[in-house]
Amino acid sequence: MNPWKFITVCAALLLAASQTFAADVAGTVKVSKGQVTIERDQQQLPAPVGTRIFTSDRVMTGENGSVGITLRDSTLLSAGPNSTVDLNKFSFDSTTHAGAIDATVRRGTLSVISGKIAKASPEAVRFSAPGMTLGVRGTSFIIDAGQ
Amino acid sequence: MLLFVAGLAGILFLGLTAQPTSTVVLLPDADGIAGAVDIRTESDRQSLNVAYASATNNARGVFVTQSENAESVRARYAQTLAAIPKVSVSFVLVFEFGSAVDIAPAFQPVLAQLRAAVTDYPSPEITVIGHTDRVGSAQDNDRLSLQRAQTVRDLLVNAGVDPSLIAIAGRGEREPAVATADEVPLADNRRVEINLR
Repeated sequence: MNPWKFITVCAALLLAASQTFAADVAGTVKVSKGQVTIERDQQQLPAPVGTRIFTSDRVMTGENGSVGITLRDSTLLSAGPNSTVDLNKFSFDSTTHAGAIDATVRRGTLSVISGKIAKASPEAVRFSAPGMTLGVRGTSFIIDAGQ
Repeated sequence: MLLFVAGLAGILFLGLTAQPTSTVVLLPDADGIAGAVDIRTESDRQSLNVAYASATNNARGVFVTQSENAESVRARYAQTLAAIPKVSVSFVLVFEFGSAVDIAPAFQPVLAQLRAAVTDYPSPEITVIGHTDRVGSAQDNDRLSLQRAQTVRDLLVNAGVDPSLIAIAGRGEREPAVATADEVPLADNRRVEINLR
């Protein structure tokens, strides 16, 4: 491969990678109080305001912790103290508003104000908590998974 | 003895099949009216559609519902509710004649509003969303709406807004401000929405 071709291929790959990165971002931490961590690829990361959230992230709060996350489709999530929430799946097409949300509240509390995906395709929005699953018809609610 | 064994078996049986319990509380939407959630366990299902109604599944997976009130829910979940991020806000620019040039006069006041609002949003993100009226094909309108979004994005960047905060989207003719029949030209629908979240 000649050097120019190599550079072009590298640039194309970088561009593709950066676009994938942008597309994979599910949301952003907007409120972070007390102890808030993200578990990603078996690593625990602190999650101050501005932290990007991705599919497969686990969000955890400590005893006096709470966290607020705005997803890319304008869904508003917030978790209270001693909470563990898994974002199993998130996808959103900003042209058609098609997409999917799948999240599990393992313990603690999660409030949800649903966004554009719930409006366009409510059947693609699923939350679950120990013992139950929820379907949403464009609304606000709290899930309390207890301890 | 027989009773004891039966009792033990019963406890074991319950222990093995007991469902973990959770609670769902429906909240009113921003307009004060509640939407609806449908919840299910392996053995039961329930719909909540009144604000502050709650449902808890018992160990057998059966829902127990309750009517709660705003005060008790707000007190119990104070820290959770206090962490809800601010609702996003949109500013709209209408493309009177459909071209990019004609939005220039409307842009300055919108920019001022955006600048005033952006400080209220921690780690702000902006999505510039283009829309069209229903004249032309759906595909052409997808392209046109994205071009409109790109035009406004460039105006924002030239005005000093950090480009890394801005994403663009073209909704084509999918989300008219005013519903019309196909092929109806309408300035109100030729617009770009600057959404701040």
